[in-house]
Amino acid sequence: MKDVLLGNEAIARGAWEAGVTFASAYPGTPSTEILQNIASGYPKDIYSQWSPNEKTALEVAVGASIAGARALACMKHVGVNVAADPLFTAVYTGVRGGLVLLTADDPFLHSSQNEQDNRHYARAAKLPLVEPSDSQEAKDFLKVAFELSERFDTPVLFRTTTRINHSKGVVELGERTELPKPTELPRDPAKYTMLPGFARPKHPKIEARLAELKALGATSPLNRVEMGDAAVGIITSGVAYHYAKEALPGASFLKLGLTFPFPDALVRDFASKVKQVVVVEELDPYLEEQVKLLGIEVAHGKDWFPICGELEPADVAAKLAGTHAEVAAPAPGLPTRPPVMCPGCSHRGVFHVLKKLKVFVSGDIGCYTLGALPPFNAMHACLCMGGSIPMAHGISKVMEGSDDPKNRTVAVIGDSTFFHSGVTGLMDMIWNGGNSVVLIQDNRITGMTGGQDTPGTGKTLMGRDAPMVDIEKLVLALGIKAVNVRVVGAYDLKAVETVLKEELAKPEPSVVITKDPCVLNYRVKDRPLRVDPEACTACKVCLQVSCIALSMQGQGDDRKASIDPNFCTGCTVCAQVCKFDAISRA
Amino acid sequence: MKTTNFLLCGVGGQGVLLASVILAKAALSQGLDVKGGEVHGMAQRGGAVISHMRLGDQVHSPLVPYGQCDFMLGFEPLEAARNAHWVKPEGLLIYNTYRVPPSTVAAGLAEYPEDLDAALGRFSCRKLVVAASELAQGAGDIRAANAVMAGALSRFLAFPLPVWEEAVAASVPAKVLGINREAFRLGREAVG
Repeated sequence: MKDVLLGNEAIARGAWEAGVTFASAYPGTPSTEILQNIASGYPKDIYSQWSPNEKTALEVAVGASIAGARALACMKHVGVNVAADPLFTAVYTGVRGGLVLLTADDPFLHSSQNEQDNRHYARAAKLPLVEPSDSQEAKDFLKVAFELSERFDTPVLFRTTTRINHSKGVVELGERTELPKPTELPRDPAKYTMLPGFARPKHPKIEARLAELKALGATSPLNRVEMGDAAVGIITSGVAYHYAKEALPGASFLKLGLTFPFPDALVRDFASKVKQVVVVEELDPYLEEQVKLLGIEVAHGKDWFPICGELEPADVAAKLAGTHAEVAAPAPGLPTRPPVMCPGCSHRGVFHVLKKLKVFVSGDIGCYTLGALPPFNAMHACLCMGGSIPMAHGISKVMEGSDDPKNRTVAVIGDSTFFHSGVTGLMDMIWNGGNSVVLIQDNRITGMTGGQDTPGTGKTLMGRDAPMVDIEKLVLALGIKAVNVRVVGAYDLKAVETVLKEELAKPEPSVVITKDPCVLNYRVKDRPLRVDPEACTACKVCLQVSCIALSMQGQGDDRKASIDPNFCTGCTVCAQVCKFDAISRA
Repeated sequence: MKTTNFLLCGVGGQGVLLASVILAKAALSQGLDVKGGEVHGMAQRGGAVISHMRLGDQVHSPLVPYGQCDFMLGFEPLEAARNAHWVKPEGLLIYNTYRVPPSTVAAGLAEYPEDLDAALGRFSCRKLVVAASELAQGAGDIRAANAVMAGALSRFLAFPLPVWEEAVAASVPAKVLGINREAFRLGREAVG
């Protein structure tokens, strides 16, 4: 049977067909839908869970593997940085049940903070690397990855990109391979307990394993030679293969799916049969450098195809086939449409206040990072998940003694990011005598990735009830004084301003918590507001809250602010900033 | 069938992706190869959305190359204007009249272009205007504008009507199927 599947749906299907019984992840674009599809599609056969962060997501999967299950851990590219510690040593312990770590890279940073190429992790951590090129391969290669994992006693890195995860393609569906349920746990400290004495002898074993895998690359079904015209031999992997194949279908191709260890013999053989070698790949010259290490001349690689951003099929065709499509110039002068906080978003009013206070805002990863954009311009640094609080602490230590309110710091972090890795940062700040204000915007969801449960929502991925983390008790336990823990309504702008001012005036750390839920995911909607055109002076102050329900309508003297009732949720933030009481409930 | 290229563009929340699912399911049932790509994540937050869809005997790239689009569905007029240069001179652009001001306009940082027809006039492709959001509202829910757009597109492809109807039924939740069926029908009639 065939179906059109998103790459992430195909990966979920592949996990099911491979006999996976355990899957874990922290949500992250473009990987998020994998676990959602596993949870909704295969709940009887696969236990699945969100973890608080990628490190624990990989660690629970390692545990499942030790117990004997086939286990899949999924994350976005930067998530692997968080999970790198268990990853590097899981290569030493090896596996019992097959273990695959899926990294979803994001060339062009559609929804990410950097553009790292995670294929380098395979070389650094010394584990096999599998790269599919479309939905069909995403499903099929995942099954092969689990077989490799068990056969070679190693985790496998499965690397996708946005154009794999979020592209659709026709997939031939298969059946599930049911594996026997594990009945007893191993007692094998030399394998699973990485004391130096046990770990030391593992290293030469890993090197030997990599040599075996390198040889296997010549015959693995993951690598494929398509001989055509010998004038050009294209070495490629991932979605770049399809761009190149479409541009130059008659050329010879070495399409690699197992790209670490690099299949030297296969590459040498292919190169010997073609007049010139061209390497087509996205991001870093990862394949190209390994081809060159073999002493093979690469006619074209990164001199033709950029390191930065995504490959564009027309550009690939222009280089490979010399085609130049006549393309009209885009219409000039159109206003841009950047992402924006949703109408009714509980972050909006808070950023309006932060802008007003002129403090230095150390931000974090989530929808609220949009507070950095105009008209708020109210986030001055954002680095990584959980980074807001320690960065604010570092800044405030250096600026200690300054009386200028502009040198005071507020760390802004969402609930899911706080659970992910904000807690240890807060512990650092409290322990070391920091004096920043930490603003936890608890909207009861992982919002940016489309609304996933967190340790604070009282639900698991599989829909079971769960205890809810009590953020107030948690921060008290970390050592924040009770008088310095404040809870305030996110939609009450005066209260937010008053509380922040009071806490900023104190010479010790504070935590301010807003507790209004995500309007999108909890479908919060009140009656829409309307603008009284008589009272409106067209001062445009309301536009400063940056809500797409609001705009100026009409001509000349009749040009007034207007609210689109299809978008307005009735949150009242615009009404609170209006100086003429022109906005009220319809 | 030679590979035919579609682009569906609009604003996050307009159901652009669902319309591409309807198209994909219809094509699959006709034995065609289907590939397409889109970007989720930040785009959901009122940002611009583009979904690529390609149908043919064998499709490699999931992305439509620059300037090679045969059919474009613009769910919002500004987004139609922004992307119209992707459409071949002999291609077709169908766009919805319902305006969604971008945040830059809402914040007073830019003006929404008054005359988008003029902006679109520079492109030589055929253009069709559909009041998809109004028709959807008439069908019972403004959010069914995506089904209206799919209905309009269906006029220009060779798939039999029952194929489209099955694709709609397989793509939308059962409780809103009636509204979407009606919306699809209105879209199909609007360009007939």
